[in-house]
Amino acid sequence: MKINDSIHLELAGENALILYFSDNEQTTAVITPEISSKVEQAEQLIRQNLSAEIVDLIPSYASILVVFNLLEIDHHHLRNELKKLLKPHDHSNSRASKLIELPAYYSLESGVDLARIAKHAKLSVEQVIDLHQGQEYRVYAIGFAPGFAYLGEVDKRIAMPRLATPRLKVPKGAVAIADRQTAVYPAESPGGWNIIALCPLDMFNAQAEQIMPVAVGDRVKFFAIDKQQYLELGGKLP
Amino acid sequence: MTKVIAKASNNALGLLVTNAGVLSLVQDSGRYGAFNLGLTNGGPADSLAFYWANRLCGNELNSTAIEINLGGLELTAQVDCVIAVTGAPMPLTINGRQRLLWQSFSVKAGDTIKLAYAPVGVRCYLAVAGGFVIKASFGSTATVCRESVGGLNGDKLAVNDVLPCHTMLRDDDKLKQLMLAEHQQPHYSNEVVLHTILSYQQRHFSAIEKKLFFANEYQVSKHWDRMGYRLQGRAVKADVKGILSEGICYGAVQIPADGQPIVLLNDRQTIGGYPKIGAVISTDCAKLAQLRQGDSVRFEPISMSKADNMFHLNLSRFNQTQLIPI
Repeated sequence: MKINDSIHLELAGENALILYFSDNEQTTAVITPEISSKVEQAEQLIRQNLSAEIVDLIPSYASILVVFNLLEIDHHHLRNELKKLLKPHDHSNSRASKLIELPAYYSLESGVDLARIAKHAKLSVEQVIDLHQGQEYRVYAIGFAPGFAYLGEVDKRIAMPRLATPRLKVPKGAVAIADRQTAVYPAESPGGWNIIALCPLDMFNAQAEQIMPVAVGDRVKFFAIDKQQYLELGGKLP
Repeated sequence: MTKVIAKASNNALGLLVTNAGVLSLVQDSGRYGAFNLGLTNGGPADSLAFYWANRLCGNELNSTAIEINLGGLELTAQVDCVIAVTGAPMPLTINGRQRLLWQSFSVKAGDTIKLAYAPVGVRCYLAVAGGFVIKASFGSTATVCRESVGGLNGDKLAVNDVLPCHTMLRDDDKLKQLMLAEHQQPHYSNEVVLHTILSYQQRHFSAIEKKLFFANEYQVSKHWDRMGYRLQGRAVKADVKGILSEGICYGAVQIPADGQPIVLLNDRQTIGGYPKIGAVISTDCAKLAQLRQGDSVRFEPISMSKADNMFHLNLSRFNQTQLIPI
């Protein structure tokens, strides 16, 4: 069902609908900052206006999963509400996106896949590091694990497919690349992304006042630190 | 009176874990509103049995209870309280004497509560009048081990854990013992029909693929847990391999490259990039969660409107069912 020129809606589950966002001309979903900012705006509008009807939302690269309360609204009414709410070309006040700078200890010791990426890209290790920290990323989605933020997009030259066999243990703080996405693992977990550095900051701390340093729509930049700085900032070597 | 053993670090009394069993978890009805932190829902895998356990104890439906997976849990009561056990037919004994599921009864400080292993079904719920008193994290006490969130310490129950609860006074109204009539109790078997709404990427599955998906039987593979059930049977073909990662709802049926469907449940990851043919309705997800390896399922299509009717019908049936005083 078409909501407007750049949003269409599909059923998801018994109490869930999903909104898909595109550029007006595009039919297949793509990753662009423009689409992501449409997602962000729509997410805010829904949160502000349908808080009684909505259980939770999952915004992602080009979609929002809308989970609703079956005791408050049914899918017919929710569709109509969403259609009324999400007008095309709505440039309503988007949240000012923050720039968050994350320290990263890039080295062959902390970035166990750095050499492999360099070889694959036919670049030096230093060039790989420069390309990774030279880019400003956008937080496109949060999921997979508590505090796991999907950042994009990585420079094409250092894009790297996921490992064929995921590792059983990726250390907490691992900065890693999968295709044109990058992320910091918030906790030790299994994972198939290529590790290039370690970040000493907590990406998810349930006890902290600010549980996560980033939110969807924020901008992120990495800056290189050395081993001593990494340890001083509380980083641990796996 | 039997000596009451308290955990050194915790003065609150309640039920002391003397054997944690295979996998016993603190659960309330689940964590909602924390998707933006990447936190999944958790909550009871068989929500119907969970809600009955709380109703039998005269509790709010969202009260914290214990989900016992497979069996083997042993507890010692440190206080007088009223409990009820519902769900898969795990043999239940109090001080070695057999007790029935689906009814509330009082236990005394010092009593030993034991659950053996279920011959059919997987999960049981033990509720206590007043609910277990456990601090919520991110709005819920639901334990999700993978996320180290909820429960007493983000993990499954272990020996010497104490589940704090209220002492029930003799003249308390809640001491009224109740049962659910036998014909009203859910029946657990090795076969379940999963009513499924065609949704998400369903257009990427041909009409024939959909027909065959609904016509064939699937078996539960060895990969089944609270995250999801991986099934085995005729491979389903999608005309896309992967999609841009997007939000996954409860019951979503994901079709990975090998074509073997995975039904995603309470502890699923919240976003993912495999195509999905549809989503199983919540009532049937709860039934699926009582199956184990080798059990059979069949998918049956249902429209969104019918699914909505079914939800409200089941809810009003639950609300209208009267418990019987014993």
